[in-house]
Amino acid sequence: MSGFLELFNLGKTFATPHGSFVAVEGFDLELARGEFVALIGHSGCGKSTVLSMVAGLADPTDGGIVLDGREIDGPGPDRGVVFQSPSLLPWLTALENVRLGVDRVFAHGTRAERRQIAEHHLWQVGLGDVLEKRPGELSQGQRQRVGIARAFALAPKLLLLDEPFGMLDSLTRMELQEVLVALLARTGTTALMVTHDVDEALFLSDRVAMMTKGPRARVGELLSVDLPRPRERAAVLEHPDYYRYRERLIAFLEEQERDPGASADGALAREAASQAAVA
Amino acid sequence: MRDPAKPPFLALRGVSKSFGHGAKRTEILRDVELEISEGELVAIVGFSGSGKTTLVSLIAGLLAPDGGTIALRGAPVRGPGPDRGVVFQSYALLPWLTVQGNVQLAVDAVHRDWPRARRRAEAMRFVELVGLAHAAAKRPSELSGGMRQRVAVARALAMDPEILLLDEPLGALDALTRATLQGEIERIWRAQRKTVVLVTNDVDEALVLADRIVPLKPGPGATLGPSFDVRLARPRDRAALNHDLTFKKLRNEVTSYLLELAARRTTGAPGGGPALPALEPLDLRRGAPRGAA
Repeated sequence: MSGFLELFNLGKTFATPHGSFVAVEGFDLELARGEFVALIGHSGCGKSTVLSMVAGLADPTDGGIVLDGREIDGPGPDRGVVFQSPSLLPWLTALENVRLGVDRVFAHGTRAERRQIAEHHLWQVGLGDVLEKRPGELSQGQRQRVGIARAFALAPKLLLLDEPFGMLDSLTRMELQEVLVALLARTGTTALMVTHDVDEALFLSDRVAMMTKGPRARVGELLSVDLPRPRERAAVLEHPDYYRYRERLIAFLEEQERDPGASADGALAREAASQAAVA
Repeated sequence: MRDPAKPPFLALRGVSKSFGHGAKRTEILRDVELEISEGELVAIVGFSGSGKTTLVSLIAGLLAPDGGTIALRGAPVRGPGPDRGVVFQSYALLPWLTVQGNVQLAVDAVHRDWPRARRRAEAMRFVELVGLAHAAAKRPSELSGGMRQRVAVARALAMDPEILLLDEPLGALDALTRATLQGEIERIWRAQRKTVVLVTNDVDEALVLADRIVPLKPGPGATLGPSFDVRLARPRDRAALNHDLTFKKLRNEVTSYLLELAARRTTGAPGGGPALPALEPLDLRRGAPRGAA
């Protein structure tokens, strides 16, 4: 049986002033429907490059990506993306920000139905009492909640999360992880998340894909996280296997860090990626 | 651990602070009580917006409390002074100086009598300590945010004050870099035994570094919660802590305590609201609902 999402022999090469730079090579990963997989690795290892190819924001140089039987060849609302910064339009209310996408993707519904969809998702992230507030009146955590509501409101087949809580303080981050885990449990949405927070990866994931340090980054190791669902923070932290999993992830990252010469390449990868983002 | 026979090195008694006037007046801190012994490393852990920076500014003497007193070695704090070094989350680096030059500013100020070569070497020592030896000749604009924060940390460490106030010094760094720098800070603290007040939102950072963790309850009118003593042997090795039962137990206790405070703070709990209409999203390429043939 093939996966719901398949990344097959994925590769990405950037042209740099110093010649071509192979950021990602031979990257294979399959996600089953409803599965949550976290990609962890060091900064600049190519995690976000992989995610932006799945989002259709960057074209793979090699290999391909198939979602639900169809090859990805550009961005589309079947994939919801949550970035580190929610990029809300400051002159629109929380509700209007969510309505932007809802109005297009549910254009065949009535006005009342569309409002209902947007409101429903804002309530689901705990923002039922601030629907009419503008981003400037919301805390950073609340703004990211709007970003999550906006992504879920389009009923995506696949949710892509690029360090969505990276800018939040660690306590607010934990609160939002709980909001996310509840939404995923209720909707059964398949999700791929980029993070470098080991605890975040374990709390949310069914499997964690550990990426080798670039260049030529690929999946170095896969870890199945067999912690009971629904995930509850205290129970997860007290689970007898939790610290064993945690140790494996930390050990992998440390092994990668010790890899000689890898850090200079990592910096080059970041440079190449930022040039690509500008271009 | 605190020695009850000695007077506290730093004491905050009934400290409160509000901002604004009239109807817009917001009480940030209320009745803050805190005692810190000489050489102790205390972590104050709280959510963003709970008044952590206000608390650091009060201890630093950059703000005056509305009520209560702050005393260092029994003498009331009346303004900023060289005995209290502060690092805020925003790295205030001089853009026209190199990494080495920015750190040397602090060394020059503290060790005026040292020969130039020695001051240079001392600055380089701290630059190397934060892993920036390869970037010593770069200017701030050529550095990433994380690298800039490392420079700010190096500069603070090079200042050598009596009490070091760290306001989320590693907040802008990624988790892995943060872990490395935490190890460095602990190592330096063990060598120098400075009194340190570390303000952070990261429970792990507090556990790795602190003798004592003091939660700051979410404001308005934030007060300090009960202290958690961190009885873990030093040096604290992250990998080894992962196996340590005391560490795991304390980590769970502190995390649960803070998340419980958060749950009480959250006004709109997730859930409720209108039901979701049964409507399939459109496949925008085909202009038809996704499920339709």
